[in-house]
Amino acid sequence: MTLQEKTDGAAAAAAPPRRTRRQAYETRVRRRSNTVAAVSTALVVLAIVTLVPMAPGWEAVKKSFFNAEVFAQTFPRLVQAFLWDIAIFAWSVPLITVIALAIALARDTRNPALFPLRLFGILYTDIFRGIPVILVVYLIGFGIPGLGLPRPWNSPYIWGTVALVLTYSAYVAEIFRSGIESIHDSQRAAASSLGLSQSDTMRFVVLPQAIRRVVPANMNMLIALQKDVALLSFIGPVEVLRQAGVFKSLLANFTPYVGAALIFLSVTIPATRYADYLIARQRRERS
Amino acid sequence: MLDLRDVTKSFGGNRVLDGISLTVERGEMVCLIGASGSGKSTLLRCINLLEPIDDGAVFLDGQDISEPGLNPDPVRRRIGMVFQSYNLFPHMTAEENVMLAPRRVHGKSREALRPKVTELFTRFGLADRMQHFPDQLSGGQQQRVAIVRALAMRPEIMLFDEITSALDPELVGEVLDVLRQLRSEGMTMVLATHEMKFAAELADKICFLDAGRIAEQGPPSEIFKAPKKDRTRAFLARIL
Ligand SMILES: Nc1ncnc2c1ncn2[C@@H]1O[C@H](COP(=O)(O)OP(=O)(O)O)[C@@H](O)[C@H]1O
Ligand SMILES: [Mg+2]
Repeated sequence: MTLQEKTDGAAAAAAPPRRTRRQAYETRVRRRSNTVAAVSTALVVLAIVTLVPMAPGWEAVKKSFFNAEVFAQTFPRLVQAFLWDIAIFAWSVPLITVIALAIALARDTRNPALFPLRLFGILYTDIFRGIPVILVVYLIGFGIPGLGLPRPWNSPYIWGTVALVLTYSAYVAEIFRSGIESIHDSQRAAASSLGLSQSDTMRFVVLPQAIRRVVPANMNMLIALQKDVALLSFIGPVEVLRQAGVFKSLLANFTPYVGAALIFLSVTIPATRYADYLIARQRRERS
Repeated sequence: MLDLRDVTKSFGGNRVLDGISLTVERGEMVCLIGASGSGKSTLLRCINLLEPIDDGAVFLDGQDISEPGLNPDPVRRRIGMVFQSYNLFPHMTAEENVMLAPRRVHGKSREALRPKVTELFTRFGLADRMQHFPDQLSGGQQQRVAIVRALAMRPEIMLFDEITSALDPELVGEVLDVLRQLRSEGMTMVLATHEMKFAAELADKICFLDAGRIAEQGPPSEIFKAPKKDRTRAFLARIL
């Protein structure tokens, strides 16, 4: 870029009306690529809509998976059942946050007296990240109520939640720990040089920055958790997947599962978009 | 007031400080000069106990602060340090940056601190920047906030590690002015610096570090005008 163009640019910034050659060019390019994208998408959709119904089993599939009547009949109850998913999710999140932070801090301690805590933190994250979620749900969800505890302590809602909380705390703890480690040592040095104690340095300087930095990663964990709540259907709670299964047996039709999938998507797609937006924003802020 | 005796420090097998002896009197300003990698930062970090020394001793007002196992926090409160890269806390406003340590360490409330903190900001031309976050401040302003943050702990001695090296040239002056001001108020200061003109003008003593040793030390008139050692002469010839 020559000096002349640079000053031109500055003038354009001050007085916007005249578009620069660059802007005109970029608009042309953007318009052309939008057209290409629209046309190719339309072609693909057209192909699916015309080709799929030509498959020999399409009529049968349509009747058992995309049955409008069954859908209308079951969908409201599915939405109601989904309130359980939301409730289980909602009370799991604060528990996960607290436990995960405690585990992350335990793994970060350097005090030898607290070594057992650190060891526990390591074992905990290794074990619960090493077992499939469904297995933890089975072991805790069937195992602990099997001890013959009195009501309400034999509720699968409680122990299912415990299983999810234990598993997800292990993953989220690792995310927090990576956040803590990503804070540059110079921040700790600055805090130490002011005479702040180790714990104050962690609490006021390192953690606030670390937590902010891992918000997008934790958003993705929350989305995964929202879906995994459905695993509790295997041990009893009548949440949306279980409710869909009940309808499937009752009506001998798979449409309720499609309905359940739609309900999940209506939550997870906006959440995923939001997480991606946060990641993009953070990348922009850091550059 | 500060007395280093035969201080050594190694990283791995690399001897970074090799028998440093140095005294700094109350109210003195001592400048450490020397090539990059000669050990200036490490020396300052050792004084502030950010790095433990291997051997020798550091005395602050007669107390051996290099005693292994000593709790470093009370010592660090008496020594202020400012870094090349400012190291402000990015998630706090300038005012919160300055108040954090006095609040936590001295247990004072924000209200109790505000008059004195405001006075400090005003003294260094930052009164209208107190509520800004670090990324809303220029490099020179950030570095001045970092100095205010250290001063708010009422240190007896201040350490400055090349605090103008990361600044655009036109911002160096405003930070050096702060140092001049502190000097005139009688603050005891140790600086690692490449600002030779500034050092020559204000320092009581210049120490030339070369490969972890003090190759030569003395008043600026001697070191800059009539260096005794070839190494010093070569270094000054390169830098001036
Ligand atoms: N934390 C560290 N670990 C290993 N080596 C280090 C560390 N800090 C400094 N050094 C080494 O010590 C030497 C002196 O560094 P430093 O004190 O930063 O010099 P200066 O500030 O004069 O440029 C360099 O060779 C550097 O690589
Ligand atoms: Mg250095």
